Amino acid sequence: MRPLARPGRIAVHIALILYTILAVGPIALILINAFKTRRAIFSDPLGFPDARTFTTIGFDQVFAKSDFGLYFVNSLTVTVISLGLIILIGAMAAWALTEYRFRGNTIIALYMAIGIMVPIRLGSVSILRMMVDLNLVNTLTALILVYVAQGLPLAILILGEFIQQIPKDLRDAARCDGVSEYRIFGSIILPLITPAIATVAVFTMVPIWNDLWFPLILAPGDGKQTVTLGVQQFIGQYVTDWNAVLASLTLAIAPILVLYLFFSRYLVRGLTAGAVK
Amino acid sequence: MADVSLHGIAKSYGSAEILRDINLSIDDGEFVVFVGPSGCGKSTLLRTIAGLENVSAGELRIGGKRVNEMPPAERKIAMVFQSYALYPHMSVYKNMAFGLKFAKTDKSEVDRRVRRAADILKLSALLDRKPRELSGGQRQRVAIGRAIVREPSVFLFDEPLSNLDAALRVNTRLEIAKLHRELGATMIYVTHDQVEAMTLASKIVVMNHGRIEQVGAPLDLYRNPRNLFVAGFIGSPRMNFIKGQVRSVAGHSATIGFAGAEAVLEVAPGRVKAGDEVTVGIRPEHMAQDGPQTIPLEGRIDAIERLGEASYVYMKLAGGEDVIVRSPGDADAAPGSGYIAHVPSRSVHIFDAQGQSMQASTRMP
Repeated sequence: MRPLARPGRIAVHIALILYTILAVGPIALILINAFKTRRAIFSDPLGFPDARTFTTIGFDQVFAKSDFGLYFVNSLTVTVISLGLIILIGAMAAWALTEYRFRGNTIIALYMAIGIMVPIRLGSVSILRMMVDLNLVNTLTALILVYVAQGLPLAILILGEFIQQIPKDLRDAARCDGVSEYRIFGSIILPLITPAIATVAVFTMVPIWNDLWFPLILAPGDGKQTVTLGVQQFIGQYVTDWNAVLASLTLAIAPILVLYLFFSRYLVRGLTAGAVK
Repeated sequence: MADVSLHGIAKSYGSAEILRDINLSIDDGEFVVFVGPSGCGKSTLLRTIAGLENVSAGELRIGGKRVNEMPPAERKIAMVFQSYALYPHMSVYKNMAFGLKFAKTDKSEVDRRVRRAADILKLSALLDRKPRELSGGQRQRVAIGRAIVREPSVFLFDEPLSNLDAALRVNTRLEIAKLHRELGATMIYVTHDQVEAMTLASKIVVMNHGRIEQVGAPLDLYRNPRNLFVAGFIGSPRMNFIKGQVRSVAGHSATIGFAGAEAVLEVAPGRVKAGDEVTVGIRPEHMAQDGPQTIPLEGRIDAIERLGEASYVYMKLAGGEDVIVRSPGDADAAPGSGYIAHVPSRSVHIFDAQGQSMQASTRMP
């Protein structure tokens, strides 16, 4: 039997195709309908925009009625700074926890692992109180602090696993070479875990960019809204400006897509790391 | 250049004792090989000298200076790892120059040293390659090159050849020996391969269970193993051991019965008395030597391996012991037939019930 025709293989491919449709479908719907008139959105939601139904009124609305550029910059600032801090602190913590034996090592590692299991949103009320006390409400700093806390546990877990796979001889060789511990981390460990860093970046970045909850409770004030919060103003209790909603969502997808494409080059290597020596 | 001395070195992880009371002095320029079965502590001992492991007790001196508390970089050592441990994201050149960069060595000096090492190791054409583009032998040479550029007083090798194929292993072995002659530095080399130990070492340290069993020149260990462990470890195929019993003792000689034969053998005086159980050790290569004063041992052949230059005869002696005889390549023998091994009495080793040699240590084979 030819390998292509095996029933198991066909089943796997059918499952993958179905999943792809499921995953890509909503995004495709947003993109298609963002360029259609309101009437066309409701009469033929699956149809492509044609000469009769094509319009950019949604985008015009977004730029005219809201400060979309500002939201965008806010989202980007929060995401990029959080990501940077998570990777830097996460990698350093992962290195320390895997490489050095010290009192409390296991406790700290366990504490971090629990952070993966407990959703940070459970602490929303206390976080809000804390931010009020710290005078950080309506600042991007509040969001960054929360997101760093949210992303660190998983980052430490994934990076720790990867660091453990780096042969111990390599670090010993560097030590014999007289390389300082900081240099070993910076010049040997970091370059070798770039695939893992890309993986962590993708897994951390998407939830931060998409988050609505914390921007809503911590920084809803004027001038500090993120994109997800900005979109909300087009969704009213009685009337929803679907053109504007879809247009702003389209705009919101773009940067994350670019970042994803950038990291995915490494991501694929990260997922297959260890498969080939 | 430096000598290395170990006084009462011990190392334990929790309750597990890895090294116990290691005393050893290594002279400047010596090539010392630590050999022993896996888990005997030889690699740990090497890592202790390197400074990658702390000692639990004892004192370690390199070049006369106590180095117990010194980090590896300050001990003037360089280590070559079994896994090569090359930095995978750096070129060959950078791999060799990496350590020097942080030792604040002048750039032109770094370049000079790297190029000289590359020259010695025939790596000059490969300097821009990444480790993954090199063969196993080339990677090993880069690892050695990385050690050379540091211009250390002591080279440490941790089973450097065990990942290479047989032919390459012989080549690299010769290269390391040549390197030792050219650099004249002290070298400490860990291996579980007794051929490597015999060929490279000026001094072999046989280790077992975290202890030194015997220290000596290769031929000295071969001729005068101090106990059963060393006797069995040095030499290939390993020494045959046959149960025996002391029949009578008269001064320097004892009559010992083994494998249906009886022989008068030289022993250290006062070590044995009649009736003692002993172990008789005979190397396979000493069992097919016709001539005067040989002890004939009769048996039946189980199997023969013909290697060309020699034939290994696996025979069962009259007493039931299995032994190996290294006989000439054209030996006329067949499985199932009888065979008589001839053993010169001066080639027989005798060990007491505790496994200690019962002979004075100045014998020839």
